[in-house]
Amino acid sequence: MKSVLSILLTGCLLAACGPKATDNKTLAEKPNSMFSDDDRSIAEGKGIGEVKEVTLNNPLDASRVQRGLDIYDMKCSACHQLDTVRLVGPGWQGLTQTRKPEWIMNMITNVDVMLEKDPEAQKLLQLCLTRMPNQNVSIGDARDILEFMRQNDGE
Amino acid sequence: MKLNMKGLFLAIIMAFVVIAMFFSGCKPKGGISSLTSDAASKVYVPPGSYDEFYLFTSGGFSGQLGVYGLPSGRLLREIPIFSFDSEEGYGFSEETKAMLETSFGFIPWDDSHHPELSQTNGEVDGRWLFINANNTPRIARVDLTTFTTEEIIELPNTGGNHASAFITDNNEYVVSASRFSIPIGQREAAIDSYKEEFDGVATFISVDPKSGTMSPGFQLILPPFDYDLAHTGKGPSSGWMFFTCYNSEEANTLLEVNASQRDKDFIMAINWKKVEEYVKSGNGTKMPINVAHNYRDHNKGGMAVSERYTEITTIKPEEIPGLIYYIPCPKSPHGCDVDPTGQYFCAGGKLAAVVPVYSFEKMQQAIASKSFEGDVEGIPVLKYDAVLQGEVKDAGLGPLHTEFDNEGNAYTSFFVSSEIVKWKVATQEVIDKAPTYYSIGHLCVPGGDSRKPWGKYVIALNKITKDRYLPTGPALTQSAQLYSIEGEKMELLLDFPTIGEPHYAQALPAELIKDKQVKIFKIEESTHPYVAKGEKEATVYREGNIVHVKMTSIRSHFNPDNIEGIRVGDVVYFHVTNLEQDWDVPHGFAIQGAENAELLIMPGETLTLKWVPKRSGVFPMYCTDFCSALHQEMQGYVRVSPAGSNVPLKFHTNNKGL
Repeated sequence: MKSVLSILLTGCLLAACGPKATDNKTLAEKPNSMFSDDDRSIAEGKGIGEVKEVTLNNPLDASRVQRGLDIYDMKCSACHQLDTVRLVGPGWQGLTQTRKPEWIMNMITNVDVMLEKDPEAQKLLQLCLTRMPNQNVSIGDARDILEFMRQNDGE
Repeated sequence: MKLNMKGLFLAIIMAFVVIAMFFSGCKPKGGISSLTSDAASKVYVPPGSYDEFYLFTSGGFSGQLGVYGLPSGRLLREIPIFSFDSEEGYGFSEETKAMLETSFGFIPWDDSHHPELSQTNGEVDGRWLFINANNTPRIARVDLTTFTTEEIIELPNTGGNHASAFITDNNEYVVSASRFSIPIGQREAAIDSYKEEFDGVATFISVDPKSGTMSPGFQLILPPFDYDLAHTGKGPSSGWMFFTCYNSEEANTLLEVNASQRDKDFIMAINWKKVEEYVKSGNGTKMPINVAHNYRDHNKGGMAVSERYTEITTIKPEEIPGLIYYIPCPKSPHGCDVDPTGQYFCAGGKLAAVVPVYSFEKMQQAIASKSFEGDVEGIPVLKYDAVLQGEVKDAGLGPLHTEFDNEGNAYTSFFVSSEIVKWKVATQEVIDKAPTYYSIGHLCVPGGDSRKPWGKYVIALNKITKDRYLPTGPALTQSAQLYSIEGEKMELLLDFPTIGEPHYAQALPAELIKDKQVKIFKIEESTHPYVAKGEKEATVYREGNIVHVKMTSIRSHFNPDNIEGIRVGDVVYFHVTNLEQDWDVPHGFAIQGAENAELLIMPGETLTLKWVPKRSGVFPMYCTDFCSALHQEMQGYVRVSPAGSNVPLKFHTNNKGL
């Protein structure tokens, strides 16, 4: 887990030269006091948005999974497959193992800010070239989608 | 020496200017000279900033509604209402065709004149906008959260719906009165039996206070004059409606001459509140009618429905003595306007040199003391002097319309002398005159027909532009002009082109409606019968020779985008759902050979294109609205086989679902 975090952190540091970065300094060069909450959240791999902390439950909540699937069918499936193959956006398989739940939910609910400020999101835009649309998903709905993603990843 | 030459040169120029001014007469001569030097800064709205007001201008013979920002004069939208529209496919798509249905069938083009913003307690409330169709008489309601036409009602027994779409001061009714009298009850009669067989009507269409839904209220059968314009009473005159009328001569030919004989025609005052009580008590005569009522609810999928209203209550003046009066008005009056206090009303006599200002209080006294000079078919004619508060004299030629500011001033347009005249309502004293370029018709002050005008600007709506813009062949742009009215003197700030002929216009502060704008239609709430809520629901199926394609679009592909098994002789309906839930991401849809239209589909909306392939082949389809970096890739194919062939129906995107 630690290694995953450090890989993420490194990714963030390296990605600081993305098109919308505010300056060319890496986070490490800034004194602690200059870290904003957003910077810290990005550094922790949680992205930016209203979602600060997600508590995952085990076993999965079946009703959440079903609601998440329904929303996926309506608002997400046009671009995201459930395997690893990228269609318009990345395939979802394995996503919950490589991204923090907070990052996933912030990406869904706060996509415009994420694409502007989060280096990981920006890397995906450079890869896919189609901006992920704001699909007007509430935080609660995003949580349902996350539960469905976890099930998709075999949890 | 050089300096002296310069001085001489300047003197010669000055002399020319003076001579030119001397010879240039009194006709307004265009020109930048009438502008103050800082006019530009007063209309400049920096990039990325918002205008302060929305201005809604009628499209006149275009049948539509223009939406502009003020003070910049920037065109924001053209809202299709009474004519079909090649930008968003209104009147072409299966969802909107029904909006243009009438008892005469599908009417693709009409003539819209008078936009009227809804009011609560006589103040503009920013909920709806009503507007009339003059030719095939109808009234439309535009929702100001979507800027779309949500409803159109056809008017019975009406020829020329000109005195419309004016509202009562709490939106209880939107009114109409007929410009052209006709034999009532859709029947023929000899035209020279005009005086005996023809009637005018004033119709009060009920407006549901919650939904805005319009239904036939009641209709007054009136002497066969030409009813022209109207405005609601307010404050003390609340409950009354005032209409102008001309052709009190009751001419039916060469009205230019024959309807201009009398020195005075009339303002008609109707105590509609009392008429309403009369009708609600079960009085009046139920008359069978057959008029279209078309409506569309975007919150319920947006599929327009055309139904019929079949009955209206009609009332003859003799049934309701004391509820209708005629007030003499010089001469062939046009505009009919009530001041913000509701105490005074005035009219513009097209052929008159004065603007009469009447007092509502004096009208009440004249009624009480029976100061009548006669009657027309039982409707009392009040004495002019008994109702008159005063006349605006020596103001100009051809007064038409008046709007009001929030400081007790009135602004009247003068068509013949091409000017706006500012006068004090209390004293009828002329304060200022400003030339217009040229031939002003209506004019507009934001909120200027309500109890609470916002003032700040007056907008001239001109009939002629002649030399004001770069020439474009015989047809020139229509135009409006913006004047500041913040000082004692009016100050011309800006000319800007308009769509069609801007008859009337109304304006409101952007603050009133800008934050209520609908940004998307929620896909999960759609009840459109052919919505595809996600690609999983995308499908193609056959019902005889009808093929339904339930298709989705999202940046940047269709599902399905390959379709086979269509045959010549089929009728194909493409029901395209835009799956986007993000503001300002419409998708377009076009397919080769479509005879009726393309589609422009807002986020969460489903629209339907009917396509009747005439020959076999493979036909490309694509998105017509640049939607993303891969918009150009947003395409697909439909294979059409000869009639009777047995190519199976199949469809997919990316070979999925095969």
